[in-house]
Amino acid sequence: MRIRAVEETIAERYSEQKMRCPTHLSIGQEAPAAAAGAVLMATDMAVSGHRAHAHYLAKGGNLAAMIAEIYGKVTGCSRGKGGSMHLVDEAVGFMGSTAIVGGTVPVGVGLALSRAIAARGEIVCVFMGDAVMETGVFYESANFAAVHRLPVLFVCENNLYSVYSPLEVRQPSGRSLANTADALGLTSVSGDGNDVLASYDLIKAAADRARDGQGPQFIELATYRWREHCGPMYDNNIGYRSEAEFEAWKAKDPIPRLTLALQRDGTIDPAWIDAVTQEICAEVEEAFVFAEKSPFPPPSDAFTDLYSKEVVSYHR
Amino acid sequence: MTYAQAIRDGLSVALAQDPSVLVYGLGVPDPKGVFGTTLDLHKDHGPSRVFDMPTSENAMTGIAIGAALGGLRPVLTHQRLDFALLSLDQIINNAAKWRFMFGGKRSVPITIRMILGRGWGQGPTHSQNLQALFAQIPGLCVVSPTTPADAKGLLLSSIFGEDPVIFLEHRWLHNVKGEVPEGDYRVPIGKASLMRSGTEVTVVAMSLMSLEAVHAVDHLAKQGVSCDLIDLRSLRPIDWQMIEASVRRTGRLLVLDGGHETGGIAGEIIAHIVTRCWPDLRVAPMRLAMPDVPEATSPALTKGYHVRAEHVAAAITQLVGRNLETASLAAARQYPHDVPGDWFQGPF
Repeated sequence: MRIRAVEETIAERYSEQKMRCPTHLSIGQEAPAAAAGAVLMATDMAVSGHRAHAHYLAKGGNLAAMIAEIYGKVTGCSRGKGGSMHLVDEAVGFMGSTAIVGGTVPVGVGLALSRAIAARGEIVCVFMGDAVMETGVFYESANFAAVHRLPVLFVCENNLYSVYSPLEVRQPSGRSLANTADALGLTSVSGDGNDVLASYDLIKAAADRARDGQGPQFIELATYRWREHCGPMYDNNIGYRSEAEFEAWKAKDPIPRLTLALQRDGTIDPAWIDAVTQEICAEVEEAFVFAEKSPFPPPSDAFTDLYSKEVVSYHR
Repeated sequence: MTYAQAIRDGLSVALAQDPSVLVYGLGVPDPKGVFGTTLDLHKDHGPSRVFDMPTSENAMTGIAIGAALGGLRPVLTHQRLDFALLSLDQIINNAAKWRFMFGGKRSVPITIRMILGRGWGQGPTHSQNLQALFAQIPGLCVVSPTTPADAKGLLLSSIFGEDPVIFLEHRWLHNVKGEVPEGDYRVPIGKASLMRSGTEVTVVAMSLMSLEAVHAVDHLAKQGVSCDLIDLRSLRPIDWQMIEASVRRTGRLLVLDGGHETGGIAGEIIAHIVTRCWPDLRVAPMRLAMPDVPEATSPALTKGYHVRAEHVAAAITQLVGRNLETASLAAARQYPHDVPGDWFQGPF
């Protein structure tokens, strides 16, 4: 609910032209992030790709710092150098998201190598999409993780599209992502990525196995991106996917599915939902106010942060 | 101690001194130990810190980055620079950018050793000197030591520094001998070394080219030509201070580049000097580099491809405008043109 509210607010205000960076929203596919966030401990680590807002927030990343980063402000989590696609909050183990598909997969595996050497039972979660399975670096990284039995979870959100290219033009039809991962030596499962509780169960079991020294784990979760690949709009009109497909997935909205299930078993009631919704609205509003009010970095900051102090810098 | 032994010594010192240091790469623990540079290190420091890797250059670079973010100091070794080209994504998009794109949150202290080949049939994809490619990338340091002492000193500075370093070793330097200080000896990144001191010509060189230059400069010194010979050691950052100061005194500049001429480091140095020291220049600067074609395999096709001492001497002669003897430099070489000496008998 929190991730949805943040993303909807970004979408709502994006046209103001104050958030001046490519922004990839997770609306509709928040469930795997939310479930993984609930499984991972604060001492565990995570990395992600270009569509990372949900992962950053689920791992506990500072909301105001994320919004400020998207606004290009000096108070942003990357001090305005990164934008939406380069989020980091090391205090909660969110070690970074980057914009090249597959780019953080080996970084996550390297972090897992460092965790394995430290031997404190910590694990690393690599958030990835279906297109990562088309990059060579995924196979290289998974292979190394399997050879060394590293404590890493590959949480794969399969949302069926890479930009506007459907899965069937990118991967052979009938071949499952989880089977491919399994063949590489990752313990692999797949499930409904629009079902938070089912996703939680799969990720929790995998995390327990990884923590227990059973090596790398792959969890494929089927889900769907509601909005356009990059930006705040809906784009079903441009013809790469059908309105019917979109509506079918929208009917599987993970949020009402979760809240209804929790109401049925008496965990929560409508009053709780109202209270939480209000709390989230206030927090999101506060984050946007913080971002709007924060100063931009000074122009001289364009030349900082490249090297450590010991190396001569290239400042002009 | 040879250059290769100095590298091994540096790795051994680093591994012994800091448990966060890792050394890996294809062939690192094998019986040849990457031309001896990693020989038996796994026996001394254990297979969890010194290990072989899958043939997965890009992932293994990203894994080094992740390991560094997790508190380790990895040293990744490539037996040829050419193999590391598979890892340009991780080097350029992640290692070089990490510190900058996350607002200075964290450096990536990784060292990537790349060995440059040459001659003896190494051919188009085992002999590339692409230092300029890496030196163009903000966020990377690129070092290219010439002497055994500098090899050790720069290696330890690379490993224990906070920035990603591309560490370039010329295969032909591996058997060069020299005095190497014991223990944790460091040479700062970004500082050049003055190999010869003189007044008439500034010769700037790197890696194996610096040794060719030593032969040429010493030969001409006997004929009364006095040269500064600057061994760059670091290709990014470049020690502009030393080069500028020298050119201001000599007014004549020759730059030797082990890479291709177009878009090379020699061109960058000349551009820098021409724009900053124009009034000090007495003659147009010169550069000698590899031609703009790949290196062929057959020995019949590599004769004359590389810059040798006699070419350097001829260029200096031209800069000072005197008639000097240079031909005996080539005549003095007793081994075939495609090997660095009798010690090199292949296969790579």
